[in-house]
Amino acid sequence: MKKSNIHASSKQSNISSQKSTHKWGREEETEIFAQKVKLFRQGKLSEDDFRRFRLQHGAYGSRLHMNYSMVRIKIPSGEIMPEQLDKIASLSEAFSIGSAHVSTRQNIQLHWVQLEDVSEVMRGLVEVGLTTREACGNTVRNVMCSHLAGICPDEVFDATPYAKAIAQFFIRNPMCQNLPRKFKINFACCHKHGLVRIADIGLVPSIKDGMRGFKVYLGGGLGAASFIGHLLEDFTPENKLLSTSMATIRLFDRHGNRENMARNRMRYLVHEMGWDKFQRMVLKERSIVEMTTAASTARLFDIKPAKEEDDRQLSKKAHRMIKVPILNERVNIESPAYERWLHTNVIAQKQEGHFTIFVTLEAGDITANQLRVLAGIIRDFSAEGTARNTPHQNFAIRYVKANDLPEFYSKLASIGLANSGALTIASAVGCSGTTSCNLAITNSHRLAKEVQRNLLELGIDTDDSLRDSTIKISGCPNSCGQHEIATIGFFGGASRIGSAMAPTYTMLFGGSAGEHGELGRTIMRVPAKRVIDTIHKIIEIYKQEKRGSETLNQWIDMIMKGEGIGSIKDIENIKAILTPVTQLPSTDQDPELYTDYGTDTKFSAKTARGECAA
Amino acid sequence: MEMENNIIARSNRYNDNNNFQLSVICDADTLRTLIRKKIVRVVDVRKVQEYEREHIPTAVSLPLAQLLAKNTPSEIVECLESLGISDKMPVVVYDDTFGALAARVAWTFQYVGHDNTALLEMTFSQWKNSGLEIEKKINAFPKAQHSLNVNHGIHADASYVEIAKEQPNKILIDSRERLNFLTEHIPGAKNIPYTMIGLANGSILRDSKEIKRLIDNRGISTDSEVITYCGSAGTLSGLTYYALKLAGIKNVKLYSRSFKEWKALGKPKEEFKDANYWDLSAE
Repeated sequence: MKKSNIHASSKQSNISSQKSTHKWGREEETEIFAQKVKLFRQGKLSEDDFRRFRLQHGAYGSRLHMNYSMVRIKIPSGEIMPEQLDKIASLSEAFSIGSAHVSTRQNIQLHWVQLEDVSEVMRGLVEVGLTTREACGNTVRNVMCSHLAGICPDEVFDATPYAKAIAQFFIRNPMCQNLPRKFKINFACCHKHGLVRIADIGLVPSIKDGMRGFKVYLGGGLGAASFIGHLLEDFTPENKLLSTSMATIRLFDRHGNRENMARNRMRYLVHEMGWDKFQRMVLKERSIVEMTTAASTARLFDIKPAKEEDDRQLSKKAHRMIKVPILNERVNIESPAYERWLHTNVIAQKQEGHFTIFVTLEAGDITANQLRVLAGIIRDFSAEGTARNTPHQNFAIRYVKANDLPEFYSKLASIGLANSGALTIASAVGCSGTTSCNLAITNSHRLAKEVQRNLLELGIDTDDSLRDSTIKISGCPNSCGQHEIATIGFFGGASRIGSAMAPTYTMLFGGSAGEHGELGRTIMRVPAKRVIDTIHKIIEIYKQEKRGSETLNQWIDMIMKGEGIGSIKDIENIKAILTPVTQLPSTDQDPELYTDYGTDTKFSAKTARGECAA
Repeated sequence: MEMENNIIARSNRYNDNNNFQLSVICDADTLRTLIRKKIVRVVDVRKVQEYEREHIPTAVSLPLAQLLAKNTPSEIVECLESLGISDKMPVVVYDDTFGALAARVAWTFQYVGHDNTALLEMTFSQWKNSGLEIEKKINAFPKAQHSLNVNHGIHADASYVEIAKEQPNKILIDSRERLNFLTEHIPGAKNIPYTMIGLANGSILRDSKEIKRLIDNRGISTDSEVITYCGSAGTLSGLTYYALKLAGIKNVKLYSRSFKEWKALGKPKEEFKDANYWDLSAE
């Protein structure tokens, strides 16, 4: 294995280039897909059957236009190789719109792919070991893993190999090809990071008596009715990881509600059955699984250990996560833009001397050329040789040395990827919305971009008191934008005044992610074109009201508990003070408010059958 | 020398006048041999300044804009004559964008009857970066005789397209990028963006097998009649034209005046207005 002296030159030789990539894709599936498309076009395959099949292979129907698909590429654990980014760049140029999209579940999506070309996209993906299989449909979706797994100072061990092993075990597995509904598994690195309480199975690495294991949370999820996951037991040892997952999925398969599409996620099953009963059933089912699973099956569960620390030629770990406000003398770019970017986009890893860099995208969109440059940057600067997508719709590139930061920044700046704000309130998350989703009422995607642009323009990302707040925007109540776990969340809807309709968001406060995450609560409705003004008003009020060093996030938490210290004490108070900026005037007074972002035409809520269920 | 003779001989591609018969694409090795044997005319369609800086040996300059300024087929034939191109002489065309400009010029030559035309498989930069020969000297050749023989079969005008789009056995292809297509297009057109068949990593067009498969995926057989158009000058659709020929479709027509004319004539168009797809672009 190639070893290199990292301290000698600034260009990293890629130690991990020999990392064997699991081949997630299968070539025969691309041919079968092409054939099925032909049969469908010839009328030999019903629309329902074809839809179920195409969803099984990661192709979503595009908004109100069934000839086009959104192709969702699974990026297991969010870990992606440079050659995969290169391939996605080419595929986006050839078959999509020349841009790709990082989703809130660490997938990468190609939009507006013609149905006839989906098999070509799949073919290209197989060449680089990627797949779209079961990225959609009633299956186990992409298994998420915190993008900080392996570098987080608070983690007890790297969850990545476990997340990958779980993904590998369940993909194409007969036991989960036809679940009552989709199934989501999320791994965290520690109690602070990761989306464990809003998944069907959420896992936090844990150690007990020197043994590795997880705190397992079941039955979480966001949507029309949202629930936080429940802790299964104090500690689930690693040798029960597989059996616990299998047991949960089997129970869901057996007992989930297949009749009522609005109630067929596992969280509803847990809620209806009651957690105590569900918990007992899982534990019992697990014993059965353990007793009856063949050794050959269990052997399919293969945890390839994370590369040992020595392989990366790293010096001893530092146990504190130190932010990087000022770098040492060797750094030689002197520009306010660079300093700002350092502050908001770069963190020190637990591995001393190594840094993780976040690339701020606009609502997760990136062009083919940018992808290629990014691939080159990863090859040149990351000792790990891979990147991670983050649920904030950004990229994280890890294991970068301090010496390389200026050149890294320059390369990003040359291609328009050097926006600051990734780790701050400015990095707004927005689901696809009316850009491509059948269920969307509003253009949440564009709004997220507008919010980010506005906040960056005004330097809001440099204000540390706002840093730990998040803004997330969904285009409808189904929460693909995860608005319920945001400090300030929005979901799209419509308001009517007389005969005119206006795009309107319902605003929530007080959501949070992590092991102790909570769901936000509804505050009031805000016209789409007033969302940015409202955000500024909230910040303004916070600044007036704050008494100590509490951040915006903390201040909002206090208000939600009715414990505001200033004149704004609770939700009613905040609603009152925000009413002027959130009021919807008549069409004569402000016609702008009656069109949504991205269009000149009068707003109307147009939706069709959702593809989220097969 | 012997190997070169073999390359030429092996291909069995001499026509009646003992001229080498080109196919759709000409590869670099074949061109170098033809240049050495002085039996080919190489046409450079870049701007004059770029040509004057450097070009492929023996190439003559014919900027695309200059060709497009010609209004009648006989003017184009005059152009061929002034470049020293006789009826059956092999002509290879290249550019330095991604082949679309060369395609438009090559198609025009074939339109006025110069059938023996091909595109160079690569762009000028790719030729140069491969370390192949270049020169600076301006080339000129004695005026030749060229007959006028318009090939209407490879051209479609607006009225033809208007009728064809209703006919099931005729397929209309829009060669522009997806977002442009969704915004507005000729009713009934299918979208095969030039990015799908071109930009092929070291060459201007994908492999013929791949293109065939892409066409086949769409249920287009090689017996179909296909009409291709793009935004304005027929460059992107010119490249697509050659891609389709490479894939073995015999009957391909270019609607050279394209969507620009279609719109200006006030003809019907299809627009997809129900989604804000432009907001997905990170440009």
